[in-house]
Amino acid sequence: MLKLEARAAPSQLMTVASPLLALVLTAVVAALILAAIGQDPLAGLRVLFVEPLTGRRQVSEVLLKATPLIVIALGLAVCYRANVWNIGAEGQFLLGCVGAGGMAIWLTTQGIVLPRALGVTVVLIAGMLGGLLWAAVVALLRDRFNANEILVSLMLVYVAQQIVNALVFGPWKDPQGFNMPQSVMFHASLHLPPMLERTRLHVGFAIALVLAALVTLFLFRSFRGFQLQVGGLAPAAARYAGFSARSALWTGLLLSGALAGLAGGMEVAGPIKQVTPYLSTGLGFTAIIVCFVGRLHPLGIVAAGVLLSLMLIGGELAQSRLGLPNAMASVLQGLLLLILLACDTFIHQRLRWTPSRKASA
Amino acid sequence: MNETALLINTALASGTTLALAALGLLINERAGVLNLGAEGMMLVAAVAGFAAALTTGSDTLGFLAAAAAGAALAAVFGLLVIFLNTNQYATGLALSLFGYGFSAFVGVAMVGKSLSPREQVAIPVLSDLPFVGPALFSHHPMVYGAMALTVVIAWFFYRTRSGLLLRAIGENPEPAHALGYPVRAIRLAAVCAGGALCGLAGAYISLVTAPLWVEGLTAGRGWIALALTVFATWRPARALLGAYLFGGVTVLQLNLQAQGVAVSSHLLTMLPYIATIVVLALISRNAAFIRLNMPASLGKPFRPGS
Amino acid sequence: MSPPRLQLSGIVKQYPAVRANDGVSLTVAPGQIHAVLGENGAGKSTLMKVVYGAVQPDAGEIRFDGAPVRIASPAQARALGIGMVYQHFSLFDTLTVAQNVWLGLDKSQALPEVTARIREVAAGYGLDVEPERPVHTLSVGERQRVEIVRALLTQPRLLILDEPTSVLTPQAVDKLFVVLRRLADEGTSILYISHKLDEIRSLCHHCTVLRGGRVTGEVDPTRESNASLSRLMIGAEPPALKHDASHAAGPVALEVQDLSLPTSDPFGVALAGITLELRAGEILGIAGVSGNGQQELLAALSGEDVRAPVGSIRLFGQDIARHGPRKRRRQGLHFIPEERLGRGAVPTLSLADNTLLTRSAGVGRGGWLARGEVAALAERLIARFQVKAGGPGALAKSLSGGNLQKFLVGREIDAAPKVLIVAQPTWGVDVGAAALIRGELLALRDAGCAVLVVSEELDELFEISDRLVVIARGRLSPALPAAEATVEQVGTWMSGLWDPAIPVEGRLAEA
Repeated sequence: MLKLEARAAPSQLMTVASPLLALVLTAVVAALILAAIGQDPLAGLRVLFVEPLTGRRQVSEVLLKATPLIVIALGLAVCYRANVWNIGAEGQFLLGCVGAGGMAIWLTTQGIVLPRALGVTVVLIAGMLGGLLWAAVVALLRDRFNANEILVSLMLVYVAQQIVNALVFGPWKDPQGFNMPQSVMFHASLHLPPMLERTRLHVGFAIALVLAALVTLFLFRSFRGFQLQVGGLAPAAARYAGFSARSALWTGLLLSGALAGLAGGMEVAGPIKQVTPYLSTGLGFTAIIVCFVGRLHPLGIVAAGVLLSLMLIGGELAQSRLGLPNAMASVLQGLLLLILLACDTFIHQRLRWTPSRKASA
Repeated sequence: MNETALLINTALASGTTLALAALGLLINERAGVLNLGAEGMMLVAAVAGFAAALTTGSDTLGFLAAAAAGAALAAVFGLLVIFLNTNQYATGLALSLFGYGFSAFVGVAMVGKSLSPREQVAIPVLSDLPFVGPALFSHHPMVYGAMALTVVIAWFFYRTRSGLLLRAIGENPEPAHALGYPVRAIRLAAVCAGGALCGLAGAYISLVTAPLWVEGLTAGRGWIALALTVFATWRPARALLGAYLFGGVTVLQLNLQAQGVAVSSHLLTMLPYIATIVVLALISRNAAFIRLNMPASLGKPFRPGS
Repeated sequence: MSPPRLQLSGIVKQYPAVRANDGVSLTVAPGQIHAVLGENGAGKSTLMKVVYGAVQPDAGEIRFDGAPVRIASPAQARALGIGMVYQHFSLFDTLTVAQNVWLGLDKSQALPEVTARIREVAAGYGLDVEPERPVHTLSVGERQRVEIVRALLTQPRLLILDEPTSVLTPQAVDKLFVVLRRLADEGTSILYISHKLDEIRSLCHHCTVLRGGRVTGEVDPTRESNASLSRLMIGAEPPALKHDASHAAGPVALEVQDLSLPTSDPFGVALAGITLELRAGEILGIAGVSGNGQQELLAALSGEDVRAPVGSIRLFGQDIARHGPRKRRRQGLHFIPEERLGRGAVPTLSLADNTLLTRSAGVGRGGWLARGEVAALAERLIARFQVKAGGPGALAKSLSGGNLQKFLVGREIDAAPKVLIVAQPTWGVDVGAAALIRGELLALRDAGCAVLVVSEELDELFEISDRLVVIARGRLSPALPAAEATVEQVGTWMSGLWDPAIPVEGRLAEA
């Protein structure tokens, strides 16, 4: 009979092997799905996983899409380590777009031209504020009313989507836009400076890497970060120690809101350059997957961000080249997370075959 | 029929999805398992039910397929969370995200297709009563189904020994385990039953309310159902009531939009979600009250000590 | 000659890190009260789980009434006629007594029938039990009575009791023994698990001693002394404590004045008018059955609960009632809670990281951590307090109960506190570690620290305290010098009977 039993100490092997194993298994399922719908599995896998890395242009697109994923996931990592389950990063991202977009629209329509560094910074800060405020609502409701942050933050995603729609169909609609629901294009002084010529990759990626380093310092080298994590690991121990649960709540939410908002600002001032109803393809939710696949660790998150971005781009390529539905990528992402969660359990547990006992004679 | 009766009628119809999902989640949570995958299960079930009804022309098969799909996904969730002890929050989320993608993927061929509008079934005699008749007794069979399920579930919880055991396990699985009950198997059964009900909830939208399929059809109803279980303090009758109230809010804002009221349609669309937040805040405010009513082992992993 | 009621031969049970039972053999005659003696970690609980079907042995044979059996589950054990009275974990707080008993029986009867039978059996054995009461309103002693009634309803041929007296007042222990002796006379065999030598000697007919998973002796306890039993149990005589009795207490260090606190937890106990004075250089022991307000009082003193009325708690004259734990520590007040894993330490963090919970070594300016200093402190503690661990990087959960407790006690003592509050200092701890911990507390006292000890073990309190108080129903008794107190008096007070004004019914009627 197969039995699951606890290990005396966490397995080093599985800690490293688990994400790789999960990835391989996901690829296997992908191959099965491809075969099931009549596509050549190997060709399909190549398009999904390998194509996006061929060529300078492709790689820059992968890094471009990875940028907001990494930035959002970094904030979520801090949140989740504090046991604060912010699921509404998508909404905070959108409000970041709104904040940054609003600032950019105002500057553009007022004809104010700032030096690029200043203009971009102002726009990004406005984005951070937007996301931060939206997350603050969640924190306030949990702090004062004990309302579950999962549900509140999620409801606010739907509200945020409507806010964007209301703005873009209403007061922000470009008067010269042929009545299309989109805002004016932002002035060139407000576009994020590019990082790699002849590509769309902008400095946001560098900012993401710097943020990863900062979050690492915060989590593993600061007392504040330690306190926050104790609160997530053992709330009673945190109370005993005198670490403030309220402080952890607000820190986690405000930080993740600000970072999600920053990501929103970077998207809006980066590749998109205006506000439209199609700002996000579920980036806030994909970032949750990035966060877990990256094991809530900044370094892992950078790698996972690139990986999931790769899968998203692969999905787009598969759609244009092989006619596969775009949703294939999101199926694989969800699957990756499920399989990873299952594989991770073998870090602390293992299967044992125990021969069934016969009745004692 | 008169306007208020019509309002009540549509509120009940609209709230039935929430009711079915909330009842399913209630069974889960009373056993101590928090399933954040409700939205994903509902979506997959909705597309499965829709596909079945579209190809066979039978609504019954559609609902059955949906219930099976919901139960199957729930079983996967249950195995991971109950037997492998994965984190309940993360796994539930993963299930929802997977469900979004999978339902979109599978439903690609059916986007925009619709079924013919479903008939309401008028209960003879009762539906002729003034006001009450059209309001309460003239509905799609599934609406009556939700009401009947509420009664059955309440009876199960409060009048049977198995229901008592389930509730006890939700309070604290340790004593049940010590007494020799198969706690994990019981929880898995509860999770699958909950999944089946969420499946019915999803199918109700794609087969009756809409009735069509587009990506993301459920528009957050799974999450609202989760909030409803808190609002109902985990009691079946209150869950039904809460579902109807939310149905009412949804219907109200749709009516207002249709009447071309001077408020932006986007703001009106926000109403059900904001209402959920407000209700959640008000109910959760009294932490002691919640602790008294919430199944105490909700969300906590259970590891039978060897 | 009838066959033995229960016969275990060569039982072996291996866990990942330890061999809990190593070839254990045991024989219980019909109508015999058989003690299983051993210190914490000797393997008693595992052995009982094997008999009760909760755990399967890796090797060995079990015979019941002479016939070989395989006990694959608690339900099978019940069917054989084996009943178990658990130490914890077996009652559902939010259900009534009757509902709990009902769930503990196998299907056949309806609830009203069960309720009637509960009343019958309870009356028959003189056990005061009300079927309609929710279990969370019962005191720990009352809950044990419910467990016993539930076991009795199955008409067991073998009844197992796991450390039954740790939650009882001395008077309640006597009443329990009356019931057990009657059961034995009626032919029921009893397996009595304990580490309390006096009780075993007064109650049991026969005793099997376990140490490190093996049987070290089978004796008639009525013919043994505490010393000889102790030698079988731990391989040595109980360590004698160096007790410096000639000692005058210093100035008042901690003063609690009329502390009344409503409970924040629906199942908790409100504090009413608690007043106490703790002086430097003395140990004040608080006795009491668990569930009488200890947790609430400790939380108010440690700073985990900051709702105490202003001025009700003073440290060296300064009001600390609203201060959090970190502020209190800075002022010299340290606390060791009874829950080690999950409250005193984070299980998945290393010993080094766990020092950061209450100490500030390694926390630099600006809040940056110096990991080297943190690890150095942990190493120092490990060495000074003889903690058996894999180094400062060892995870807290990898330590045995005794070693972790030594580390936690050491962590606070090393901070040179002016006031130290300890809850259940030696609960679940092996004898060697217990002796070391008690010795350290005494040394601390001799050095001038004011020490407050909350414990359910009366023996321990008598051993180390200078003065004693009793907490019952959220109230504190007057203080007694330990030298003048007697077990009987303290036992009576544990039922709340020091003050006729305190209502004694319900929760505390003879606990």
